[in-house]
Amino acid sequence: MNTGQYIERSSAWMPSGPESGVAISSRVRLARNMADAAFPGWAGEEDRIRVWEQLRDLLPACPSIKNYQAAGMDELSGLDKQILFERHLISRELAERSRGSGVVIRDDEVVAVMINEEDHIRLQCIRPGLDIAAAWKEADALDSEIEGSVDFSFSPQLGYLTACPSNVGTGMRASVMLHVPGLVLTKEINAVVKGMAKIGLAVRGLWGEGSEAAGNMFQVSNQMTLGESEEDIVDQLEQIVQEIIEHERNARWRVLEADEHRIHDLAGRAYGILAHAHILTSKEALDLLSDLRLGVDMGIVDLRNECVINELLILSQPGHLQKQEGRKLKATERDIRRAELIRERIKASKNDLDGKEHE
Amino acid sequence: MKCEVCKSAEATIHLTQVVDGSIQKVHLCESCAAESGVDVNSPMSITDILLGLGGEPADLPPPVKSGERSCPRCHLRRVDFKKSGRLGCPECYEAFAEELAPVIRAMHRNEQHRGKVPEREQERMQNTLQAAELKNQLEAAVSREDYEEAAQIRDKLAALRATAVNEQEPSP
Ligand SMILES: [Zn+2]
Ligand SMILES: [Zn+2]
Repeated sequence: MNTGQYIERSSAWMPSGPESGVAISSRVRLARNMADAAFPGWAGEEDRIRVWEQLRDLLPACPSIKNYQAAGMDELSGLDKQILFERHLISRELAERSRGSGVVIRDDEVVAVMINEEDHIRLQCIRPGLDIAAAWKEADALDSEIEGSVDFSFSPQLGYLTACPSNVGTGMRASVMLHVPGLVLTKEINAVVKGMAKIGLAVRGLWGEGSEAAGNMFQVSNQMTLGESEEDIVDQLEQIVQEIIEHERNARWRVLEADEHRIHDLAGRAYGILAHAHILTSKEALDLLSDLRLGVDMGIVDLRNECVINELLILSQPGHLQKQEGRKLKATERDIRRAELIRERIKASKNDLDGKEHE
Repeated sequence: MKCEVCKSAEATIHLTQVVDGSIQKVHLCESCAAESGVDVNSPMSITDILLGLGGEPADLPPPVKSGERSCPRCHLRRVDFKKSGRLGCPECYEAFAEELAPVIRAMHRNEQHRGKVPEREQERMQNTLQAAELKNQLEAAVSREDYEEAAQIRDKLAALRATAVNEQEPSP
């Protein structure tokens, strides 16, 4: 597998989609297991290898997969695994596994199938913005194609059987990544997190936990998988996320109305530092990119290429920096390289725009 | 209201979830909540308690009897499940059905799948749903002492079971 091919281009979810000022991406993940094998955590290595090889050979024949790359976890370097993890294509749990576990990734990175993680199959589909229904539709189609060639373990009462009873039924986890600086600024985020927990949704920080989450990014997902249809789970989550988005937009305008200079200052400083700093830690970069994203969405800062911020969130991570540099970097070296990358990209986005304005 | 885990102490911690558009609750006493490491502020708590990271739910049969029981297909023992929170194979769901039922009910506030069904399971699914419906009708008929109706439903159920058995052993 050539992970270098990924870092040179955007992921499928990076361009803008519905509500992408607040909703970064939507994801649907399905857990499936073969009827004729023990679950990966309990199966012997031989069984795991058999399942991995069977699925690795079968998946590319599915019309939904077409162009793809596949790799066993034993065939990937630590750095390559880190790249895939940073791009949300594999989980940390899969990265820690070795022989008999692997991943099949469609070239556009919309679809990724982890094999022998907690379940035999963890199929995910990511779309930009708030569009869980589209992610479900695509995941559903691929699932049906796979089902044509293998027997899934299924019970008429409990639905799809999974290694952990918390995933039985649909085996579906639907989630949306949200950027909510307004709720963090107004300190309303904790109430929202608690409210979500009360209605059976999980909320976790993308980089860190609780209100301390760096970059003001949170992932909202369903917790219950048994008893409701996939469409109902998707509809409910989509409705609730739509409400959070309204809430976030209100919070932003309230902050702007209360103190116009504060938001302008936040966005302006973020732009200034990102465009000129020579040393940036990952936490500082995340927080500033969040402020800049807010400024762009509110029309305070103009960036020609809106998806440059989404790209930088991924490209400025340690694995990506080292892959671009082609060698291992110490933390201090990474901070320098990170600042350099962000400086170049931000300036390029801005300069083009200034240039056009002068025409 | 009594705690749903120990069934003795008063429940003071109430966790809420939405199921089928209606709100349902899990009620715990403080010590069961604390013992299971529930952080009331943490959204993951319900799954964690029910995954056996907490105390022994009172619903489980006494460990003396069932501690050594294992899945006939993959040989996972009950203690292995308690340790990892993960089952060994699809058949474990039958082997440990008794222990899993309350866990699954509390996790999902539901016990019947209503989502996607694989193509080749459609018939088995329909039979199961039909049988469940007939059982409900049977109970209703018995409770209103309509034994003629009950007998008819019983015949339908038997016929349904017979078809199910025939399907499992495909004709040559
Ligand atoms: Zn209790
Ligand atoms: Zn088993």
